[in-house]
Amino acid sequence: MDKRDSVFVRLPLTCAMFCVVTFALSATIVWAGGAFTWVPLAKDKIHDPEGPAIKILQEPSAGLNMLPLDPSKVGNKVDWLKALAEGSINPLVSIYEDDMEMEVLDLDIMFPKTLEMPMVLFPHKKHTVWLDCENCHDSIFKMKKGGNPVDMYKILNGEFCGKCHGAVAFPLTECLRCHSVARKNASVTHKKRK
Amino acid sequence: MCDPVVVKKRLPNPCNKVFSVFLFFALVLPVFIASPAYSEHGDIIINNYSDREGMRPVIFSHWFHRIRFRCRVCHTEVGFIMEAGGNKITMDKIIKGEYCGACHNGDIAWGVQNCDVCHSAIRGTKTGVRGSHRTKGPGKW
Repeated sequence: MDKRDSVFVRLPLTCAMFCVVTFALSATIVWAGGAFTWVPLAKDKIHDPEGPAIKILQEPSAGLNMLPLDPSKVGNKVDWLKALAEGSINPLVSIYEDDMEMEVLDLDIMFPKTLEMPMVLFPHKKHTVWLDCENCHDSIFKMKKGGNPVDMYKILNGEFCGKCHGAVAFPLTECLRCHSVARKNASVTHKKRK
Repeated sequence: MCDPVVVKKRLPNPCNKVFSVFLFFALVLPVFIASPAYSEHGDIIINNYSDREGMRPVIFSHWFHRIRFRCRVCHTEVGFIMEAGGNKITMDKIIKGEYCGACHNGDIAWGVQNCDVCHSAIRGTKTGVRGSHRTKGPGKW
């Protein structure tokens, strides 16, 4: 048998062709389509595709495609704060009072005990455009600086920040969004480490 | 497989670094780039009683409601606690105007007669949050 016809020659050939086709297809979907797509409800593995709701409910691509994209494209890929700030959405503040406004608190809290990670800066402002004080205080966080024994284990278990982050707010894989303040005399900085 | 004599004449050698890089960009990378986004992040499945009562479980999608209402509306004014399945919601309470019934009363949003619009999950789906580490990574699950 000719060596060139052996499986070792044909396998890479098939592979290469497959690659080209895959690449072309995905490139078409991503760039030529120009748009970012969301999985339709019928295929999200939660909604019953045979249920009558599929035809009635708003598709995520219809609801979310006008909103600004999340910079690291996590969660449902929407930058919710930006959407609110630039006015793409203007969600109701109250269903009972017409002219109510959010009580926005501009107060940053530093969590310095983060071992070798950069320190955590908690911005009240970003949270109070959505939430009331009593949503977190005192049921989730005590109103005392340093009074909350927060650690990543608890957060991953759904306590403290993990009550929302990872469930409805950006996920816990986005370490540096919270751990955002580098220590001055840090021996390890995460940007330099590769 | 990587004997260059065999492969040389017809095809690039798969052991060639350039070709491996090509393989990576062509085969591996598109899988990450092209996968469409799930909007599920924050979808809550509520199946406290539904399956038992012969209804599909309820899906509450945060993204849909978040476009229209701030968090405080439901979590302060209506009084939903922030735990999947933690609010023992029954149709009885909803009809009395508690929980979902605060809006889903035919006034602010459509009323309770549209059973199947909320009860829309695949039967047997368990109560919980869908998305992120809660279903895809470390953490609670």
